[in-house]
Amino acid sequence: MSDKASDGALLRVEGLQGWYGESHVLHGIDFTVNPGEVVTLLGRNGAGKTSTLLGIMGILPRREGSVRFNGNEIIGLQPRQIARLGIAICPEERGIFASLNVEENLMLPPRIADGGLSVERIFDLFPNLKERRRSQGTKLSGGEQQMLAIARILRTGAKLLLLDEPTEGLAPVIVQQIGRTIAALKNEGFTIVLVEQNFRFAASVADRHYVVDQGRVIDMIPNADLQANMDKLHAYLGV
Amino acid sequence: MKRRRGTFRMFELLGIPPQVLLGQLLLGLINGSFYAVLSLGLAVIFGLLNIINFAHGALYMMGAFVAWMLLHYLGIGYWPALILAPLITGAFGILLERTMLSRLYHLDHLYGLLLTFGLALIIQGLFRNYYGISGLPYQIPDLLSGGNNLGFMFLPNYRAWVVVASAIVCLATWFIIEKTRLGAYLRAATENPVLVGAFGINVPLLIMLTYGFGVALAGFAGVLAAPIYSVNPNMGADMIIVVFAVVVIGGMGSIMGAILTGYVLGLVEGLTRVFYPEGSAVVIFVIMAIVLLIKPEGLFGKAA
Repeated sequence: MSDKASDGALLRVEGLQGWYGESHVLHGIDFTVNPGEVVTLLGRNGAGKTSTLLGIMGILPRREGSVRFNGNEIIGLQPRQIARLGIAICPEERGIFASLNVEENLMLPPRIADGGLSVERIFDLFPNLKERRRSQGTKLSGGEQQMLAIARILRTGAKLLLLDEPTEGLAPVIVQQIGRTIAALKNEGFTIVLVEQNFRFAASVADRHYVVDQGRVIDMIPNADLQANMDKLHAYLGV
Repeated sequence: MKRRRGTFRMFELLGIPPQVLLGQLLLGLINGSFYAVLSLGLAVIFGLLNIINFAHGALYMMGAFVAWMLLHYLGIGYWPALILAPLITGAFGILLERTMLSRLYHLDHLYGLLLTFGLALIIQGLFRNYYGISGLPYQIPDLLSGGNNLGFMFLPNYRAWVVVASAIVCLATWFIIEKTRLGAYLRAATENPVLVGAFGINVPLLIMLTYGFGVALAGFAGVLAAPIYSVNPNMGADMIIVVFAVVVIGGMGSIMGAILTGYVLGLVEGLTRVFYPEGSAVVIFVIMAIVLLIKPEGLFGKAA
């Protein structure tokens, strides 16, 4: 592990610890993400995957350790400052606003840099959203809400996307569509950290996998070696 | 023939000349205008800050006093005061929010209510101390003095202006909140401030400005009220009790609900004054009790 300010990694998390009140949920998370990569955090329920994303975003109430983005330490910053640097989150609960229509939800996150997708390109990727742009956000189907939650962070110019279980509870055909979207986003140059339970889906989109257990990263498996490590992975995930 | 006699008898029984009816409806509409602007401010503040702003009446009174002070100490008349007094009261609100309210957001609603109740007492006490309770006169601006005879009743120009001005302010507020990007930020932050912050939006700033805006609305109502009611330190305390009943009936958190309930209850109060004058002071509270029993979240409120 290097302690230089910049070593080519877009995101470098070292010894990240986190607490909700008295409850110590992250015990030292270490991982790196290189520009243009899709990296997953795999692990059982309650392993600390979502908390890791919240810790990176600055939402976790108390955190220690180091999170460097583009070489800059961001552990002490407010979520809105972190967002302004170019990190965007798509939360597990999707966070679609009921009092906003689809278009308002889509346009809500402010642009923080150039290079985000145009609204036309977003509607290309998600034609359903265009048809339903005047509907109340929470009147959409679960799959459409998930697409909206992803779509709205693509406009902003954020380079690093944190996607928390985008396939959870969705029909296979929608999961496939989200898989294609993630592949398309990788082609557009986005860097993605994906929290997943569905590792078959994870294997279809990711470059590398980090295994999280009890608030620590316990292993890293390149996607190419996934087949060879299947037994180990099954043991980790308890499936 | 029979029916005609029945109608006739009813009219006799009620014995209400149309002038009285329309006059009271106008009075109700004017009161309703104040209820609407004030309950709108309360609803906007409650939506985002989760604070029941008990100081709202005191800040309304302050708006009227600021207009009076601008005139008496600086010679600044009604029209500039209509802009300046809300800005000054709004700035005072921002000061309260920054120094005190912002420390309470992580606590229960009750603490905000207690703090703002205390603030209301202090603000009223200070004005009572310096200006007494007899009330200070504030002239109707020349442009709006006099009135028009509509045939069935005499309509004072200033009262017509109050109705129009408050309707414009209510609609403009509704438009900003429901139809603009800033309003979308506000609605989103009302639902999920953490996520809105994680998108890079400055939620504390939004909260501060929202409180300032809600207070400015109260200040604006105060300036409108100054030429009608005499400017006195208790004018807010009398008003705020009714406005809270209006808000309970309408349901916290609905913008259009707050506006409509304000106007409708003003009219209901006016009608009661015609048909059963003894009940006019309590009719809103009776309605409040009924609404609380049947639909506790309020007519336009969302069930918790």
